[in-house]
Amino acid sequence: MQPVSYRRVRAVDEAVRAGSAPGSAFYAGGTTLVDLMKLDVMMPASLIDITHLPLAAIEETNRGLRIGALARMSDVARDARVVERFPAVAEALERSASGQLRNMATIGGNVLQRTRCAYFRDAATPCNKRRPGSGCGAREGINEDHAILGTSEACIAVHASDFAVTLAAFDAIVHTTSANGERAIPSAAFFHRPEATPDRETALEPGDLIVAIELPRSRAAARSTYVKVRDRTSYAFALASCAAGVERAPDGTLADVRVALGGVATVPWRAHAAEAVLRGARPNAETFAAAARAEFAQARPTTQNAYKIELGMRTMVRALETVTA
Amino acid sequence: MIVEDPRSARTAERITLRVNGTDRTLDVDARVTLLDALRERLALTGSKKGCDHGQCGACTVLLDGRRVLSCLTLAVAAEGAEILTVEGLAREGELHPVQRAFVACDALQCGYCTPGQIMSAIGCIAEGRTGDDAEIAEAMSGNLCRCGAYPMIREAIARAAG
Repeated sequence: MQPVSYRRVRAVDEAVRAGSAPGSAFYAGGTTLVDLMKLDVMMPASLIDITHLPLAAIEETNRGLRIGALARMSDVARDARVVERFPAVAEALERSASGQLRNMATIGGNVLQRTRCAYFRDAATPCNKRRPGSGCGAREGINEDHAILGTSEACIAVHASDFAVTLAAFDAIVHTTSANGERAIPSAAFFHRPEATPDRETALEPGDLIVAIELPRSRAAARSTYVKVRDRTSYAFALASCAAGVERAPDGTLADVRVALGGVATVPWRAHAAEAVLRGARPNAETFAAAARAEFAQARPTTQNAYKIELGMRTMVRALETVTA
Repeated sequence: MIVEDPRSARTAERITLRVNGTDRTLDVDARVTLLDALRERLALTGSKKGCDHGQCGACTVLLDGRRVLSCLTLAVAAEGAEILTVEGLAREGELHPVQRAFVACDALQCGYCTPGQIMSAIGCIAEGRTGDDAEIAEAMSGNLCRCGAYPMIREAIARAAG
């Protein structure tokens, strides 16, 4: 691990000032940062400990629920309002990581967690995300866990967060603050596809601090689920996952439908093509299969991960079956 | 207080950690994890270093009553918190009920993961996640046991929670 300085801050403006210095990084749960500092993948010069800022509350807003950035995953997963109005969010959090990690990791940090791509995590190998221009070790290497949607020539790394998949599904808003003022960034604009710059993962600029994540309420969010498929029953990253929520019209058709995918894409993946098939349609096996085919028609597998097309389609169908049952 | 060491350009800090009810003051580099501070500086070697990357659970301790991984927690960031390690469980020579249950159920073989299992089990019981065997298995999935003592570990937790 490289030398680093440490400073604990007590106020948001103090954090923003300290965080705008080159080479600084915010320390919250530490579960990604300390792990990757040990691997010399992240090498900040200074750590700004924000865990004592008053940003952990979960509050009602006109639009829905505003979750403070420092709320722990475990607390959000068990909040009665989250469980009732956003069951997919609670389920995604419960199925993430382990009990210890959920007690540590914050909601703001969760959306900034880095990919589990083994080449990204190994500083001795090429990786365009870690060292721009060095190449991609995964494309011709071991890529059975890698993405089939949203990939680029430069990068095929999967976005690791389960929680972020539900943010994509329900149009969450990431609230930030910085020396330049406050921003409310829709989740669709927050996560950047790799394209030619896989090192630019989000819309955050240096010094931006996430202060809250807002979940707008909707009938589809209140009737939602999160299906996660992985190599073992618990404590593993998704091979494929799907957040789905529906609102039924009086005639039984789907008045509103939200579908997002995890484990198969470079960013939390809103399944617009699938939603276009489903919206206004009658929920049945043929419709679900057609929706899944529409979404995965754009999949681009590499040498070892073509199985994720069928797995991803089945995961989506199961989520839709579950939420319309 | 931050102390700059001009020889190394490292940044050391004097901190006081409250461990098992006792204040312990030490100078640490900002990079030192809570696990290394406990083991290497405070001679509390009960918490184990397995993977050192948050994947095995052997380093689990309670921080303000919640189970966390000491290998991914910086020691400087733990200042001000109540830290409980496996060494702090016994009271006047009496083992903690979870420790007693692990002995009674033979819930270990080599014992390396056991302190982390026990601290995680205490957290798991406090979280109320011991309704049945499947719930215990799910709630304890962050603690690996290479000897495969899982059935007895789950039995010990169920017994202690009972």
